[in-house]
Amino acid sequence: MSQRVPIRSTAKMKELMGFYYMMAKAGENDPNQKIAWITSGGPVEILHAGGVIPIYPENVAAMAGTMKISDEICAVAEEQGFSRDLCSYARTDIGSALSGKGPLMGSASPKPDFLVCCNNICGTVTKWYEELQRIFNVPLIFIDAPFQYGIKDRPEAIDYMEAQLRNMIDIVGEITGKPVEWDKFMETLELADRAVKLWREIQDLLQHKPAPMNSFDTFIHLAPIVTLRGTQGCIEYYETLKAELLERIEQGIGTLEKEEYRLGWDNLPVWYKIKFLSERFSQHNSALVVSTYTRSFCYQAEDRDISNPLRAMSADYLAGYINHGIDFRERELYQMVQNFSLDGLVMHSNRSCRAYSFGQYELARTMEEKYDVPVLLIEADQNDTRMWSDEQIGNRIDAFMERVAGKKKRNIA
Amino acid sequence: MSEYFVIGLDIGSATAKAVLLDNEGKRLAFAVRPTGGRLVQSAEDVKREVLLQTGVSDDCVKAIITTGYGRDIIQNKTKSITEITCHAKGAYVMMPEIRFVIDIGGQDSKAILLESDGQVGRFEMNDKCAAGTGRFLEVMARTLGIHLDEMGDMAVRSEKSSKISSTCTVFAESEVISLLAQGEEIPSVVSGLCRAIAERVQALVSRVGVVPPVMMTGGVAKNKGVVNWLSKTLRQELIVPEEPQIIGALGASIIGLELIKRSKGSLDKIIQNI
Repeated sequence: MSQRVPIRSTAKMKELMGFYYMMAKAGENDPNQKIAWITSGGPVEILHAGGVIPIYPENVAAMAGTMKISDEICAVAEEQGFSRDLCSYARTDIGSALSGKGPLMGSASPKPDFLVCCNNICGTVTKWYEELQRIFNVPLIFIDAPFQYGIKDRPEAIDYMEAQLRNMIDIVGEITGKPVEWDKFMETLELADRAVKLWREIQDLLQHKPAPMNSFDTFIHLAPIVTLRGTQGCIEYYETLKAELLERIEQGIGTLEKEEYRLGWDNLPVWYKIKFLSERFSQHNSALVVSTYTRSFCYQAEDRDISNPLRAMSADYLAGYINHGIDFRERELYQMVQNFSLDGLVMHSNRSCRAYSFGQYELARTMEEKYDVPVLLIEADQNDTRMWSDEQIGNRIDAFMERVAGKKKRNIA
Repeated sequence: MSEYFVIGLDIGSATAKAVLLDNEGKRLAFAVRPTGGRLVQSAEDVKREVLLQTGVSDDCVKAIITTGYGRDIIQNKTKSITEITCHAKGAYVMMPEIRFVIDIGGQDSKAILLESDGQVGRFEMNDKCAAGTGRFLEVMARTLGIHLDEMGDMAVRSEKSSKISSTCTVFAESEVISLLAQGEEIPSVVSGLCRAIAERVQALVSRVGVVPPVMMTGGVAKNKGVVNWLSKTLRQELIVPEEPQIIGALGASIIGLELIKRSKGSLDKIIQNI
């Protein structure tokens, strides 16, 4: 295999993320700097506008996963009686909070002054953040995002979100002792909106054949949109990355010597097996070019009212993939198959993430029977290595690729 | 005498299997031996055995296709292919009308849907757990102090079938001991064990969605107790070939033959064709 051309921007991202975590660590000792822990689907724009540094336990847990230290941190939570059946991010985070161990220069995240939990990503976060509230004894702002069963989001749910976000703006002002300035908030929303659009454009560039980067790259380049959405730094970073990808497209640089097959990924990555999976799929000349997971951070409501940014934001925070039922997910998956010219889908049935894994067997059957798309289900866990077996998963991937290759050859013939 | 020969090697977790075909696809010999942790040696042994049985020399073997868990560590192979593809191919060659294969081997069980042209469709494999596999039966035979081969007939003859609630190999072992202590007869326990496997595999099969006719392959298909219970649970007739254990190796050898035919005999072209 020829030498892979690395993505230059990665170094800049490491710099950006390193600076962010350094500032957060420094903020821990500054009495005037407030820090909030927030769920990945939480309305972070209000925090940025209020001068609060957001920390994402899920992002920190994923770092622990890629650094392969999540098992020992999870064990701390398990020793305290948290079940192994509990989400491994929650166990990593709680274990980290209890022990002080973590991936940020060997230590845990800076302690929070308050917590923001939005249940648009799962129900587990509700109890998880209540647990954090008990550990740190700090205020918890809870945003309840109703699950959307239909394809079209319900207007009364948007009303409900809007009322809660308005309330949150006031509470954040009370906690920091300085009301969130409306103009600053509007400016933050605009920055967030630009970053989200860039992130979507970047992922859409992978529709190109060969794809200028793959999903294993997007998993890594996801960090700024999650943590720094609503800041100038986030936009600058994605502008750089986008320019580099356009350059790669122009020069015909892909990620494999020969990109024969294109696949989509569903659910969170298996953080501690990124390299294994990337190499195994590469052996079959197969590139993962799109994932529902990384696209989750650029969902915007379909008929959002752009003349009313708070209203649009309220709708956006309901609009994510996993806040929706099966019909919505089927539509999204099939659009991915078409737009990215996929030969198959890989679904990670993730023991930790029930909200995401729910319905996957039904979706897999639908994709196979209704749309004739081969689907591989991999049973694993995002952060718990004990749920993984190289041999078994490798075998499934090999068999699946034999099937995909056979099908493609027949279709060509 | 055939111009050339092809060997399919299926190196599983419990046994190694070899099948030798002539250039017209006629099966001339097969061999089965326990792997016993020595994958490479057992592969060499079964290969030697089929050559010895037929008097074919090494030089006349044009392709060796390997499959099973040990497929990649075997040297001098033409190509390795997963057992999913090989079992599907083997079953299809035995009976082209087959639409579904249930393969239960030493450490995994598989449910494979076949397209009408014999290609692999959807498939599922067991979890990272030995429940519902041949290893489960092996451990239980040892616990009961009986031979693995006796289990099938014993289960079929038993009028009673003990309820085994656990499918975990480790916990089922202690459950079996406690059932015996309570005075349950061994045949009744054996029948219960066969049913436990059948129920476990049924869940796997249902995830794919069974389409008849169904063939059962792999070593466990030799156990009539499991076959009967599985057939009852699935409400499907199960076709068991005469030598269910060698279907993977057979499929591998057929794939080898197809590669040669497609490449008009040239080995370089075979590799290009893959």
